[in-house]
Amino acid sequence: MSHHIVKFENVTFIYPDGTSALKGISFTINHGESVGVVGANGSGKTTLLMHLNGYLLPTSGTIKIGDLILNKKTRIEIRKKVGVVFQNPDDQLFMPTVYEDVAFGPINMGLDEHSVDFKVRNALEIVGCYDLKNKPPHHLSGGQKRAVAIASVISMDPDILAMDEPSSNLDPKSRRALINLLKSFKHTKIIASHDLDMILDVCERCIVIKDGVVVADGPSNIILSDQKLLEENNLELPLILQRR
Amino acid sequence: MNFDREFFNLGYLDRLSYKDTIIHNIDARVKVIGAIAYIIAVLSFPKYAVIPLIPFFSFQIFSIIIGEIPISFIIKRIFVVSPFILFIAIFNPFFDRNTAFYLFNIPISYGILSFFSILIKFVLTVSIIIILISTTSFSGLCYAMRCFKVPEIFVNQLLFMYRYIFVLAEEAMRMVRAKELRSFNKKGLELKFYVKLAGNLLIRSLNRAERIYYAMLSRGYNGNMPYNKRKKLGFPDLLFILIILIMIYFFRFLEPVNSMGRFILRLIR
Ligand SMILES: Nc1ncnc2c1ncn2[C@@H]1O[C@H](COP(=O)(O)OP(=O)(O)OP(=O)(O)O)[C@@H](O)[C@H]1O
Ligand SMILES: [Mg+2]
Repeated sequence: MSHHIVKFENVTFIYPDGTSALKGISFTINHGESVGVVGANGSGKTTLLMHLNGYLLPTSGTIKIGDLILNKKTRIEIRKKVGVVFQNPDDQLFMPTVYEDVAFGPINMGLDEHSVDFKVRNALEIVGCYDLKNKPPHHLSGGQKRAVAIASVISMDPDILAMDEPSSNLDPKSRRALINLLKSFKHTKIIASHDLDMILDVCERCIVIKDGVVVADGPSNIILSDQKLLEENNLELPLILQRR
Repeated sequence: MNFDREFFNLGYLDRLSYKDTIIHNIDARVKVIGAIAYIIAVLSFPKYAVIPLIPFFSFQIFSIIIGEIPISFIIKRIFVVSPFILFIAIFNPFFDRNTAFYLFNIPISYGILSFFSILIKFVLTVSIIIILISTTSFSGLCYAMRCFKVPEIFVNQLLFMYRYIFVLAEEAMRMVRAKELRSFNKKGLELKFYVKLAGNLLIRSLNRAERIYYAMLSRGYNGNMPYNKRKKLGFPDLLFILIILIMIYFFRFLEPVNSMGRFILRLIR
């Protein structure tokens, strides 16, 4: 299948203040693959994810999502295919109740009331938060907020899921639940994180970015056991590999 | 500085509104209509009416008992706003000195009557609004406003304000705490700090607003805020509003206290 492919070709991005955050990034992610994006603070992970559904447009180079080349016109279409979960769930959950928040995307897609309700219920049940549906987001714990934020994206049935630091601020149990949840998704997944154990667990492939360029790209178990490469990128061996 | 201890305690009010009682479960639209009718009825009493207003307290008594609202909470909030109204009403007894009647040989002037009338009307209307807010979730209120054709942009503003006021308050609290931990009770820099805090909060909110907008865009936002329809009004809702309206009508136009007074007088004679 070619239609859920993500292809970056020599993508550069310069912020308005002159910071050059991406300096020629190229990679291809195939249908159903799950890919971890790792790198030091400020290496450009968040910037890269912001390109995936066209919030930022590349300064030069091309991004292809499925059959569409990302530009001002196609980004509305592309937003239906790519669901992005943000670093801070407070930014993602902006509606007064959990239910309304998860329904926001489906309603915008023009679905009728009945299918909206079905999608919302389904998404909330997947993340195990259906009981919270009438709560306002500020009455939720950090882990519940994260789960609802994920539900608010999967309710739109995206082909591709992109997440920025999904496991930050989670206690070990919620983190484990999140990992199991992510593993159960059949979507193409792109996960930016410093949590290398999670990447190792969830993603079969891993891309390392340094100062806006790809410095390594390959199977997670090989890349994440390369101590020298990791240390050059302010990272450490995942804990399970350290014990060996 | 602890927001939980503040007088206008948002967090507390918010938690009250998520209880599960009969009154909380009545549809917000019905409650808003009831409250508006109540306020109009109370305010439409003539300037010197005092006694006929008394039965209107029964609404408060019922909703406080059924809605499990702490009375002290309501009284405190009324006190907070009362200086304004006292200021408005306090001059009436001086201007309007004609005697209305004698109560145990003490002359009661029209001014005193209108003073108490204003005061009671004030307590009645303010407390009914407080009760409305503390038994109705904010999103329900906003939904009701939309149904009553309040311009969408106001409703959306309110929704976002409600959603982020807690986040912002928490952020401010964290900054204050961080400052206190490092200032070792040294005085003198307070004002400067709070000026900077305000500036910092503004910048943070602007950044957050941008991220929220991004989140909205990525979920297909196209300029119209989507709302999902709520369930239709049920039998309890209709029964509730019917009872409320009948009671209001009864208290407003049939003046039960007067008739009762006359009845008692007749019995005595
Ligand atoms: N709005 C902005 N304006 C200007 N420069 C920015 C902006 N956002 C990020 N940058 C810069 O772009 C570079 C990449 O930032 P980015 O947020 O993508 O890093 P990151 O890999 O997500 O880091 P972290 O691990 O800390 O989240 C950094 O040098 C950063 O300072
Ligand atoms: Mg980041």
